[in-house]
Amino acid sequence: MLVYLVRRLGQSLLAIVAMAVLVFAGVYAIGNPVDVLINPEATQAEIAATMQRLGLDRPLYEQFGIFVMNALQGDLGTSFVYGRPALAIIMERLPATMELALVALFLSVAIGIPLGVWAGLRPDSIAGRTIMGGSILGFSLPNFWQGMLLILVFAVLLGWLPAGGRGETTEFLGLQVSFLTWDGLTHLILPAINLALFKMSLIIRLARANTREVSLQDYVKFARAKGLSGRRVVMVHILKNIMIPVVTIIGLELGSMVAFAIVTETVFAWPGMGKLLIDSINLLDRPVIVAYLMLTVLIIVSINLLVDVIYSLLDPRIRLSEMKG
Amino acid sequence: MSQTTANAPVRVDSPARRILRQFMEDPVAVIGLILFVAIAALAIAAPWIAPQNPYDLTQLDIMDSALPPGEVSFGSGQTYWLGTDRQGRDMLSGILYGLRISLLVASVSLGLAITIGTIVGVTAAYFGGRLDSFIMRIVDLQLSFPAILIALILLALLGRGVDKVILALVIVQWAYYARTVRSSAIVERRKDYIDAARCLALSDRRIMFRHLLPNCVPPLIVVATVQIAQAIALEATLSFLGVGVPITEPSLGLLIANGYDYLLSGSYWISLFPGIALVVTIVAINLVGDRLRDVLNPRLQK
Repeated sequence: MLVYLVRRLGQSLLAIVAMAVLVFAGVYAIGNPVDVLINPEATQAEIAATMQRLGLDRPLYEQFGIFVMNALQGDLGTSFVYGRPALAIIMERLPATMELALVALFLSVAIGIPLGVWAGLRPDSIAGRTIMGGSILGFSLPNFWQGMLLILVFAVLLGWLPAGGRGETTEFLGLQVSFLTWDGLTHLILPAINLALFKMSLIIRLARANTREVSLQDYVKFARAKGLSGRRVVMVHILKNIMIPVVTIIGLELGSMVAFAIVTETVFAWPGMGKLLIDSINLLDRPVIVAYLMLTVLIIVSINLLVDVIYSLLDPRIRLSEMKG
Repeated sequence: MSQTTANAPVRVDSPARRILRQFMEDPVAVIGLILFVAIAALAIAAPWIAPQNPYDLTQLDIMDSALPPGEVSFGSGQTYWLGTDRQGRDMLSGILYGLRISLLVASVSLGLAITIGTIVGVTAAYFGGRLDSFIMRIVDLQLSFPAILIALILLALLGRGVDKVILALVIVQWAYYARTVRSSAIVERRKDYIDAARCLALSDRRIMFRHLLPNCVPPLIVVATVQIAQAIALEATLSFLGVGVPITEPSLGLLIANGYDYLLSGSYWISLFPGIALVVTIVAINLVGDRLRDVLNPRLQK
């Protein structure tokens, strides 16, 4: 187990280093770092001071060392627009994005698994076919377009829910959250559905395929022959056995949800870090872009690592085959 | 293969003919194919069939600004079946030209990504060893990050432009093809006909591309249909976010973004119709892809 952990940790570190090199290359080698990292409105003295601090007058490999040292200390530059450390600005926006992603994940699981199991038990029924047709639509509709339709129907035509923003927030475990106030909840529903739809389609398809396979197994037939209620067969015998692949996908998709939140946050003007990224790109606030990228890479790599470790605890075959390979 | 079967008492179709016949058995897939061909034809023919050239400012009349669908122009008397945008541009023409750019970006990036991915994938599988594990490490590393994140960061660094969007899509997509080709080539490489070709002292390049590659094509086709739908959606998303194509060459995604500001004030058609065009295109491709996956899957063949 220790061998597997060390090996897997090494891969994660390698991924972070590789991304750091790419970001560094993108900023320092392709573009002119003076334009990228120093505010165009800075005075001559400020430019000189920043160049000194970032070591822009030194050779490239030394500059990379300084970049890494600064990044390790949490210094990813100062925002041109806000005049404050870029990382601090992003950290302020992180709770909003995490709240959105977690609520969306909850929705896609809570709706996706029952629908998928239902469709898997009765693949040829009208309900089963409708669910599958709906999931193809969920795959095909681009995310931002789904969001716009939701706004058009529920905010513009029906006027039931607000079209954007985060609404009233309240303190929960020291963080500002929306889902505990009524106003915040109404603001949260549409963006969360929008972010959830794609993953929901994925989970429906996965749960359906696995249910179809599992319900043909002998132990399911045997459970039925034993006279167990249909409810118990589904809840215990089938559900337990489809959860392993479903849980893996859920874990891996949480990371991509943080990235997909960029689109949802832009459509619904949700004040998370994805919206901050798009605003920063439009304002050419490059230190914030660099900080966003490094932080997101860290989040995604950590989630992937965590999922792999949990999965290897559940299924010894994984770590054994990895150790050999 | 066809010579051996021709002598057999039961007549067997050539693979291409069999695939075509099986594909045609599913009416939904045929509808998808017809739709896609029609959309592609409309996009290619846009300059000749569109009612106006939406980017020729002399043809625009600001008096026709934001007319709802079916209204008649005040000046020229032309009917705007899908309405007009804020600049008085005919939405039908805008959509036809937008489709052109969307499909151009998607198909050029598809072609380049397939070429690069195939060469890398076949090379990795054929030579194996360190080269193979090095290439596959890179592929795995890239695929562990969401495509939209990589594309967005590239465009944030490079700036807007049709060529830059194509570059970003190629960088995002090559890894999918490399992995697909490599996984089927590594199975094929162990078969006897490759050993036979080696015994004939054919060059590595000839074996790789004339013997190995043709047998890796079916899974490649399936991945390509999925990926071209993804490419169209990704380009639209990037353009919607304002980092994709420039405003002088608007794709469907940018048309939707332009209309988005007017959605809340009730001018729904500026955003809605380009969106429908986009969705119909993607759904049509996905229907074809779904069927191709079944038809080309050897495990489902009797």
